[in-house]
Amino acid sequence: MAGAGSSTHRDPDRTLESTLRAAATVAGGITVGIVAFLLVGSLPALRAVGPLRFLSDPSWNPVHGAYNVVPMLVGTLVVTAGAVLLATPLAVASAVFGRFYVRGALSRTHRRILETLAGIPSVVYGLWGLMVLVPAIARVGPPGQSVLAGVLVLALMILPTIALVGDTALGAVPEAHLRGAAAAGLSRWAIARSIALPAARSGILTGILLGTGRALGETMAVVMVTGNVVQLPGSVLAPVRTLTANIALEMAYATDAHRSALFVSGLVLALLTIGLVAAVDRIAGRPEGEGTPAHVV
Amino acid sequence: MWFRLRPSAWLDTPWRWRALAVPRDAAAHLAVWGAALAVAGAFSWILADVLLHGAPHLSLELLTAAPADAGRGGGIAPILVSTLLILGVCLLVAMPLGLGSAVLLAEFSRSANGYGRLVRRSLDVLAGLPSIVFGLFGYAFFCHALGLGFSILSGGLTLACMVLPVLIRSVEAALRAVPDDMRAASAALGLSKTTAIRSLLLPAAAPGLAVGLILGTGRALAETAALLFTSGYVVRMPESLLDSGRALSVHIYDLAMNVPGGDGMAYASALVLLGLLVGMNALATELVQRWQRRKGLVLG
Amino acid sequence: MTRVLRVIGVAVGVGVACSPSSEPDTLVITGSSTIAPVVAEAAQRYERAHPGVRIDVQSGGSSRGIGDVRSGLADIGMVSRALEGEEQKLHTYGIARDGVGIVLNAQNPVASLTRAQVVAIYRGEIASWRELGGRDAPIIVVHKASGRATLEVFLEHFGLDNRNVKADVIVGENEQAIKSIAGSPDAIGYVSIGTAAVDIEHGVPIKLVGVGDVAPTLENLRRGVYPIARPLNLVTREPAEGLARAFIEYLRSRAVARLIEAQYFVQVSG
Repeated sequence: MAGAGSSTHRDPDRTLESTLRAAATVAGGITVGIVAFLLVGSLPALRAVGPLRFLSDPSWNPVHGAYNVVPMLVGTLVVTAGAVLLATPLAVASAVFGRFYVRGALSRTHRRILETLAGIPSVVYGLWGLMVLVPAIARVGPPGQSVLAGVLVLALMILPTIALVGDTALGAVPEAHLRGAAAAGLSRWAIARSIALPAARSGILTGILLGTGRALGETMAVVMVTGNVVQLPGSVLAPVRTLTANIALEMAYATDAHRSALFVSGLVLALLTIGLVAAVDRIAGRPEGEGTPAHVV
Repeated sequence: MWFRLRPSAWLDTPWRWRALAVPRDAAAHLAVWGAALAVAGAFSWILADVLLHGAPHLSLELLTAAPADAGRGGGIAPILVSTLLILGVCLLVAMPLGLGSAVLLAEFSRSANGYGRLVRRSLDVLAGLPSIVFGLFGYAFFCHALGLGFSILSGGLTLACMVLPVLIRSVEAALRAVPDDMRAASAALGLSKTTAIRSLLLPAAAPGLAVGLILGTGRALAETAALLFTSGYVVRMPESLLDSGRALSVHIYDLAMNVPGGDGMAYASALVLLGLLVGMNALATELVQRWQRRKGLVLG
Repeated sequence: MTRVLRVIGVAVGVGVACSPSSEPDTLVITGSSTIAPVVAEAAQRYERAHPGVRIDVQSGGSSRGIGDVRSGLADIGMVSRALEGEEQKLHTYGIARDGVGIVLNAQNPVASLTRAQVVAIYRGEIASWRELGGRDAPIIVVHKASGRATLEVFLEHFGLDNRNVKADVIVGENEQAIKSIAGSPDAIGYVSIGTAAVDIEHGVPIKLVGVGDVAPTLENLRRGVYPIARPLNLVTREPAEGLARAFIEYLRSRAVARLIEAQYFVQVSG
């Protein structure tokens, strides 16, 4: 786009742009590096066993030559989907609460609570889940370590991310829009629902995506509360094993062939994430944000 | 940012809408307050549990002494130092990379075009990888390939990889939310993009930066598996970045899951970590607000 | 920002140049997370008694210990089981023995189990505690993830095949098993006696039950009559010498006897 500016203004911008491109390339390159790492680690198993058996073997038992990852894939999907479905409405409602229903000290306290929740180590969530939540669930249906426990703990873990990113997005909605709506006589909820939330939509979606990522990749807390039995869950009270738990449980003690098979389950998770991101990209592929910043200069 | 809505404002609403408005508003009111209370409730439940088990072990010695009896006694001083060093390395590396990438994504690329979209999607994928994979990758790349061994540096670099997506996306989202009027005005004034970004847009996006920092720091402090394989298990007071050092989250994990009878100290260490977290968050918010004020942009 | 990048570059360069692999007075020990706390504590004491010496202890599992010793990344490996096959080419130094015991929740009225009962429970053939004289509740079977030493010892002693075990909960570390059992009145599991005994001392609501007529006590372990036991080993690639030898001997000496016994492991000396 031809800009009206003297050439002395373009040079610093060009150097800036190249530096920034370098930074972004490093960031993106890390992903490529890690996926490549997973591929390289998985190759021995894929070559020795063949990719089809990872979907069709009778069970997962690498020591005895069984390599089916499907139950764990389902476990990951169920637990993650449950957590995201539970956390998102609560998180969005929390964000709306903090921005439109309270102010001052109460709003700040609410934010502090979310920020602190975001920093609690997975071990502590896992411990609380194992020693407090699981016995409570066990009373309804043993053993207690189950899909439900995983969903609840994960939802609690990702809620702050979604809420905080959503809160920032809501805060960036121009006041003029809100004042105008108030002047038109809209109620608080109507303003939030019809003006603020749509305007903040892309920020909230970013938050949801980040939260989903966190849920997919969470290891420690999930190992402690989901029971880790390799099976297709028959109900929310049944134990289940996720792909991440699988790696965490068996990696430390696995020999080479077994280790490579575990890398395959890591690769499956990476592929799942890539697929999810690509799907979201296809569906919500419209330009994000308030206005696409055009090259103005 | 709060705009004053007088409680009696709805009285001014036209009559025929008031009847419709009330039940929906009441329901929304209930839902929103309910959500907030649920969050606060869950938080209190967890905090109460941690306090219950950990408070009896809190003492000044906890913060100043070295661990004894496999961690069941003594304190966590060397571990605190290692943790802060790891966090420092992580942020030092992640901030420039993160800010740079975010600015590129927000200001120098259309959201629908190839390169920016590719980078953004890569970051989303990065955000979904399991922490243990980061640990294995960090061990293979930083400890072996780069020869850093079990060290604070390896741990910090691995954490930086984990923290980048959240940092970049938060700052990018905030930059995109800054209205285009600012960009148009700065161009009209003849400012270069560099100046506009540095003096106007970044300060305006500061709240997003704060959120990104806070979420990133939280994630970094909370991470266990990745650090176990990279910065290691050693409890000695670190003398250089190349020394192995146990992070606080790893210590909590070890005490809870490896050392029998270590629960109490695990919870006490968790309390220290929470305190550290709250402190860092307050610091981050304060610094960012101060920067915003200096640039003359208090946007609430 | 460029200055920061430069500093980082130098740091990385320095790191590559002088990575802290084994210098003469540094020892790197990696391996089993069961042995790691004890060895780390002993290492701390040794360092205090011999200034200038550095002993770095990392965990990561028995397989990591063996692998690191083979590749030269570690001087000593910690392995919480007997070596098998190819691994036996490494030099082994036993430092302790640990028993594996059956653990129930403290509220469970059942006081002991026979061998046949344990086998039946783990194969899913006995489903309720009522059949064993307990309350009318389903048995919650806690099992370990594959590859763990405790699992191997347990399976071997009871003649079980892992494929036939019907588990309700699968755990990783001993402590996870104990916490699962402590939170669930109808659970049964097997853990390292050392871990269980120390936890019982700290008031965790579990109990060790005997299988057959030998009680799972430290005394029986010491006398060698308790049948379900595993060795805790240190391994090296070449016969240990210098600092490695000195530290291994230290671990077998009376100076650390109390440290080891406090974990309810039986020290092996010489």
